Amino acid sequence: MTTERIKFYQTGTFTAGNRLLDEATRTVQSRLDRTNSLNSGHRACQGCGEALGARYALDAAMRASHNQLIAVNATGCLEVFSSPYPESAWQIPWMHSLFGNAPAVASGIAAALRAKRRDDVTVIAQGGDGATVDIGFGCLSGMFERNDDVLYLCYDNEAYMNTGIQRSGATPPFARTNTTQAVGEHPGNPIGNGKNVPRIALAHGIPYVATASVADLHDLERKVTKAIGVRGARYIHVHVPCPLGWGSDPAHTMKVARLAVESGLFPLFEAEFGKGIRAVPSVRGRIRKSHLLHADSPQSSCRTLSGATDSIQASVRSAAGHGSPRRDPSNGR
Amino acid sequence: MRMQIEGSQAVADAIALCQPEVIAAYPISPQTHIVERLSRKTKQGHIGRCQFLNVESEFAALSVLIGASASGARTYTATSSQGLLFMAEAVYNAAGLGLPIVMTIANRAIGAPINIWNDHSDSMALRDAGWIQLFAEDNQDAVDLHIQAFRLAESLSCPVMVCMDGYVLTHAYEPVDVPDAVQVNAYLPPYDPVQVLDPERPVSIGAMVGPEAFTEVKYFSHQQHLRALEVMPELVEAFEQHFQRRSGGLCSAYRMEDADIAVIAMGSVIGTIKDAVDELRNTGVRVGCVKIGCYRPFPKFQVSALLEKTTRVIVVEKDLAVGMGGIVSADVQSALQGRQISVHTVIAGLGGRSISTSSLKHMILEARAERLTEPYFLDLNKTVIEQELARRRDIRRAGPVAEHMLQTMNVIGTKVS
Repeated sequence: MTTERIKFYQTGTFTAGNRLLDEATRTVQSRLDRTNSLNSGHRACQGCGEALGARYALDAAMRASHNQLIAVNATGCLEVFSSPYPESAWQIPWMHSLFGNAPAVASGIAAALRAKRRDDVTVIAQGGDGATVDIGFGCLSGMFERNDDVLYLCYDNEAYMNTGIQRSGATPPFARTNTTQAVGEHPGNPIGNGKNVPRIALAHGIPYVATASVADLHDLERKVTKAIGVRGARYIHVHVPCPLGWGSDPAHTMKVARLAVESGLFPLFEAEFGKGIRAVPSVRGRIRKSHLLHADSPQSSCRTLSGATDSIQASVRSAAGHGSPRRDPSNGR
Repeated sequence: MRMQIEGSQAVADAIALCQPEVIAAYPISPQTHIVERLSRKTKQGHIGRCQFLNVESEFAALSVLIGASASGARTYTATSSQGLLFMAEAVYNAAGLGLPIVMTIANRAIGAPINIWNDHSDSMALRDAGWIQLFAEDNQDAVDLHIQAFRLAESLSCPVMVCMDGYVLTHAYEPVDVPDAVQVNAYLPPYDPVQVLDPERPVSIGAMVGPEAFTEVKYFSHQQHLRALEVMPELVEAFEQHFQRRSGGLCSAYRMEDADIAVIAMGSVIGTIKDAVDELRNTGVRVGCVKIGCYRPFPKFQVSALLEKTTRVIVVEKDLAVGMGGIVSADVQSALQGRQISVHTVIAGLGGRSISTSSLKHMILEARAERLTEPYFLDLNKTVIEQELARRRDIRRAGPVAEHMLQTMNVIGTKVS
């Protein structure tokens, strides 16, 4: 058994919970005045990446919006583990309607706020990858296209985990799910499938698009904070490991998330008005060490996956470099 | 002001007077004229700070209103047919959340075969979704029902569909008295929501409810819904005081004083039925008509009371429960439980087929003579049915039914096979 030395709250570490960092670099989550928007006591699994991501994202959003926040939730794990009647883990105004309509419900809230001259309130919609890239995709695209004043947060754990690990449009190549089982020559999900919704969001020319990961919680908070300061449609795609669905140790959620980012399988970038402003370089060599692989012939699978990673990286570079803004910043609502 | 105006335009004017704060629109015939006019009126600034959203589907339209209504805004949309079915999941959701959204249904058939003309299949498909359903007899009724609908919805925290026959009413020009803002403002108080998303007082709306409380939540909705049966008559009284005319109501009777036979229906066909009743009355047939103005909640006792002296009831309905027959007639039958009354089901006007006075008169006399099949399809072309049945007996790969029927009836000029 391997062991790791864990450092807590030490000067000189950049740990997300470090309260000894200076004000500017300290996370919202490490502050005593954090709002606990998604409070403790909910029923998420041990090591849940989505609960972690939502907690950091929403507390950062609360701070950035001066606690003037309304959140909409699509049906899914986050909705279910946070709200079974008569308990609610939400300390912010929160609404759940359906699986496929969170972006539209949020658009409606934003419209009502405009009608009531409340320009001080921020509207967030949030959903898992199924709600975002599949069933709610039409509503998401409509919300982007109208440039409605909504920040959409997608917590991507790469499959329908709430219903018991079925493949979604965000499930990566080779991934084993209960509807892409490891049977036959190739394990899991076929290669070449899947939607890159951050790129599709970019193509809408909306004011702000970013990918983030629970691997870097400082970065997640920074991107959410930045997005809150922008008006119009905004999209942040957050990579959140699911120990239950991925078959990983709950204690290794951060490690797995970090591997995905460092291997280049989940590239981090941000873009304004369809044009990339920042991308994080990846370490593609790490992919061979990734425990995400379960293949009969690991070497060939690694080559294929490595090729897929190259193409993901290329697509990020191209999107970041050649995006064309459809809207002038001055026209943003 | 009384004017010659298209039904859709008059309804749009009435909606504008009710000052909705968020309107979401997605085009589908025959409701489009309503939202087109509202789009113009919004942009002209006639509806205050109303936000008009052009959305990407009917599902999105109602979803937008769900969010807006939960934020305390007065909300409106209109749809028809496939559009209502496409938003079905949100229709149930809006009712379950107790959001007082008002929606016009410009009633239209449901495909396949695709058909843009009028019948009641769309509203009927969602009759049990928890929305109050009002049916307009004419365009004056449609205008007045919409104004009443906002007050009804907001007083009960329950969404309301105002159903008006597609084309027959939406596209008909007839004299309509469109009220003015002063009258509407006096009748319709500002929306005061019972639940609202507010950062100052955070609530969770739409939480998961398990078996321990689901029945109670549903029972509560049912009781709230039934309260419309008490509130509606009060709203009608108040409406009459404000606007000096009687409009809406749960149900009403026409020439029922001594009627043996009652024809029951909803919507614009009531006018034709009244003509048939008048003509038959002239020949000594004791027939009357009962209009159902509020279909959900169903006014069981009120309908039953209007049929006190009747021995025979004919329900004329513009819908079909495939494999069963009538839908409205099943409700009427349940209202008349325990009474010795014959209830006939007449399926009429499907997919826009016109319902003539002569066909109605013939059907009423046949019913009186106990010669109606159950359910009875008004003006059914039996020859075409028999030919198609014969053809399908002979040929295994007989192809699409609709296409061949049209050929048999010589409706289309060129043969496609």
